[in-house]
Amino acid sequence: MKKEAAFATMRSRMCGSPAFTLLLLAMTCLACSADSVRLPGVGAPNPFDGGVAPVAGGVIDKLVFGRLKTLGIEPAPLCTDAVFVRRAFLDVIGTLPTAQEARAFIESRDPAKRSALIEGLLAREEFADYWTMKWCNLLRVKSEFPINLWPNAVQAYHRWIRTCVRDNVPYDRFAREMLTSSGSNFRKPQVNFYRAVQGKDPPSLAQAVALTFMGTRVETWPNERRANLAVFFSRVGYKITSEWKEEIVFFDIGRTTATPSAVLPDGTTVNLSPMQDPRAVFADWLIQPTNPWFTRPIANRAWCWLLGRGILHEPDDIRADNPPRNPELLRYLEQELVASQYDLRRLFRLILNSQTYQLSCIPRSASPEAEAEFACYPPRRLEAEVLIDAINQVTGTTEKYISRIPEPFTYVPEEKRSIALADASITSAFLDLFGRCPRNTGLESEQRSQLPTSAQQLHLLNSSHIRNKLEQGPTIRALLQSAQSPRDVASSLYLTILSRYPAAEELAAVEAHALKGTKPERAGAELLWALINSAEFQFRH
Amino acid sequence: MNTPNSPVSRRDLLRRSLLGAAGLSLADNPLIRAWAASPPSQITGKARSVIQIWLWGGPPHLDTFDPKPDAGRDYSGPLTQPIETNVRGMRIGQLLPLLARQADKFSLIRSLTHGSNAHETATYMVQTGRKAGERLVYPCVGSVVSLFKGYDGGYQGQIPPYILLTEPVGRFEEAGFLPTRYKPFITGGDPSQDRFAVEGVVAEGITDQQQRDRQALLGKLDSLGRALPSHAAIKALARSREQAFDLIVGDGGKAFDVSQENEAVRDRYGRTTLPAQAVNQRAPRTRFGQACLVARRLVERGVPYVTINYPGWDTHKDNFTEMNRMLPDLDKGLAALLGDLADRGLLDRTIVWVGGEFGRTPRIDWDAPWNGGRGHWGGAFSALVAGGGFRGGQVVGATDARGEEVKVRPVYPSDLIGTIYKLLGIDPAASLPNPQGLDARVMPAPADGTPASGLLNEIL
Repeated sequence: MKKEAAFATMRSRMCGSPAFTLLLLAMTCLACSADSVRLPGVGAPNPFDGGVAPVAGGVIDKLVFGRLKTLGIEPAPLCTDAVFVRRAFLDVIGTLPTAQEARAFIESRDPAKRSALIEGLLAREEFADYWTMKWCNLLRVKSEFPINLWPNAVQAYHRWIRTCVRDNVPYDRFAREMLTSSGSNFRKPQVNFYRAVQGKDPPSLAQAVALTFMGTRVETWPNERRANLAVFFSRVGYKITSEWKEEIVFFDIGRTTATPSAVLPDGTTVNLSPMQDPRAVFADWLIQPTNPWFTRPIANRAWCWLLGRGILHEPDDIRADNPPRNPELLRYLEQELVASQYDLRRLFRLILNSQTYQLSCIPRSASPEAEAEFACYPPRRLEAEVLIDAINQVTGTTEKYISRIPEPFTYVPEEKRSIALADASITSAFLDLFGRCPRNTGLESEQRSQLPTSAQQLHLLNSSHIRNKLEQGPTIRALLQSAQSPRDVASSLYLTILSRYPAAEELAAVEAHALKGTKPERAGAELLWALINSAEFQFRH
Repeated sequence: MNTPNSPVSRRDLLRRSLLGAAGLSLADNPLIRAWAASPPSQITGKARSVIQIWLWGGPPHLDTFDPKPDAGRDYSGPLTQPIETNVRGMRIGQLLPLLARQADKFSLIRSLTHGSNAHETATYMVQTGRKAGERLVYPCVGSVVSLFKGYDGGYQGQIPPYILLTEPVGRFEEAGFLPTRYKPFITGGDPSQDRFAVEGVVAEGITDQQQRDRQALLGKLDSLGRALPSHAAIKALARSREQAFDLIVGDGGKAFDVSQENEAVRDRYGRTTLPAQAVNQRAPRTRFGQACLVARRLVERGVPYVTINYPGWDTHKDNFTEMNRMLPDLDKGLAALLGDLADRGLLDRTIVWVGGEFGRTPRIDWDAPWNGGRGHWGGAFSALVAGGGFRGGQVVGATDARGEEVKVRPVYPSDLIGTIYKLLGIDPAASLPNPQGLDARVMPAPADGTPASGLLNEIL
């Protein structure tokens, strides 16, 4: 194993240097033959796994690999450093690493560099942008139909969520704030939780609360339990003010509940005094550390966000007949979350540092269950926002976003990244085409990337929008014009776009293409085009 | 993946569109797979295609299809002389003289109503036939047609089944809860230019040979695609890319090439003679006529749904200056389209649907800053329908003397949309796949409480 690790490191470090190409070729062949003897069933060599089998380190790995063993599923090898740096950037901050960042990581000899990278990413500003975007997807932050928050409230709510994410506000406090607040949608932004819904009647509010914080769909509940939950939201009042689109959400003392008591989802009956906001009674019950209705959904969601699939799946469809695949694993994550006082960033750190998260995306096992059992990292298409930001970063270009919603028109500075957009109602042909989360329902599946479409590929392959960026982007032009040799160009482009050095056979293909009579400057442009259109660029992997 | 220089045979194309398109969705998308397991009953309709002309912003019904010259200057403004059409007793606005000569081909609905004065909510209601505030966000007619009459419904063309000319509608999600692939293909570009540069399909300065060469390079460098050949999403990417290349280097894209039409035809539809840089923000208006011509070329080739997005009708200010500018453009393009479709025998199988999200305030606001403006009016508005089984020369419903309220035969968006589905042969009770697994149907059930007053059988 050690020898293979050394090979992998050497391979990734030396690829950049053209002088070593022959040697490299020989070593790659050697490494492959060694692999195939020691680990039968391995496919052709690829730039994604380093051939190093994972070793269960922490509790997560023991629980995942233990289950894989009983199922007879072999986990994938660990991903290479190059794959890891790209994956960690995209997963943790929704941002592509620059060539410099990728190179520094790949070439670092620090044995603890992966955990150091994770630490650094968790502290970056883009972390707040990206996870605010994800929360806004679930909380349905958008100006217009069918949510109709309107621009001012969207900006205020987005800013509040971003502040909570940036400051790592404990999740139980974050939830309680939204559930219990009263006030103006502009001045107390968290009240927008009760406005970002399609219906403001108690059953609709209960449905949104159950989906968001309990990870469950009330449609699957017995009618009585549904009605019981709605009681807690039957005294939410709304009133407008003389300011355009301002709305006050408040505890309406004038309304009374049908009965002086209410029944919590766990069956406990509680008394409601007329002067007490029933939302607070519900919230205090909900966020108790011992309440599995609260901790389980968020622990499972965090896992799902990083590994593409919940241990219990769909993560917002918790019900008795949809059990978690690995209950011990889910329980462990819940315990860790409670022990850390609902520190979500700490839970991310725990998952990101596991070998399970760091597996290659190329499965070793042919089992159809391999991906669902976390025996490999699941490749997923990049979100629309992350994809266009990545293209802009590579080329040195920006997007011009214009809000067509008046009163007030939202100004979006040109340098603003797409992951930092507050409002899903901002018109963008690209984001729509690539499946930006519409923020209509708050379902996890709504923000998961769908299968690629031919219209998307037409756009990437051949549209003037992308072509202008590739041909005129200042960053990419500088890179192509500073060309020393075709090989240097190839290495720089690979590092900039795919965050890795090209493999020997890839360099050979690039050279063969260049030798076909294509002019040198054109060859660079075509390589750029091909890499942007590769599955490797369009997917997190 | 094609190897370079190997021409794709027609049979390959056919096989690819069958397996690559229909096969793709059926095999890979669990939502659609489950839906396809219980296919809707097959009903044959008269219409094969729809051309929807979307007048974004809400056209003033009093100045177009529901003139009220007797209501006085505060209602009709300077447009006091509605004109007779070639159908006795059917009068329309005086700025639509060419259309007046085609009235035997179209019918007017003067009693549409939904009551919403908000663009985005009204757009949703008019384009989906649903009421606002339901649990699900429903797909619009174009996306529903794309689901039933597109690749999953036997359509085999290279051109995507739902085309939007030329700019996104905005503030509206066409596909609602349906997957991304039922969204319209938005062409971008400008059909009034010498070459209509459809985004993604037409790239100036790149030859087909260069396209094939770089496709081959991409094939060689697609390391992740090669390492995971059977991964569903990565497989879908490879197939989408092949379909895209078929359209880029194949013949399909020629449908968009209006330069193949003779000059007299292009002129009849209306075109700008202004250079592009002089057109500035009024550019969409001048594109309209040529967009109609492109739409005709698309339905001629079997594309089931084409929307022409024609913005600029939100005339809060100076409505009559705007009308004097825009209505002749609408008149020319639409009249040419109806005439041309009829001449080519296409009108019988093509529905033409013209309208916006609401009408405009009948009473004119003469004060500054509006200076003769009209606001939003969801209480009563008009639409024009023609072809595909709709009779011509008919008028449905009526508003009061000032065009403020519907007096005769209210028509709700669901009535009009239900009639369009009937003509297309789309089963109103067919279910729609949705991620929540709720019971969603093509048309709302009576119990849903969506306003309806009956299909427009009187003009079929």
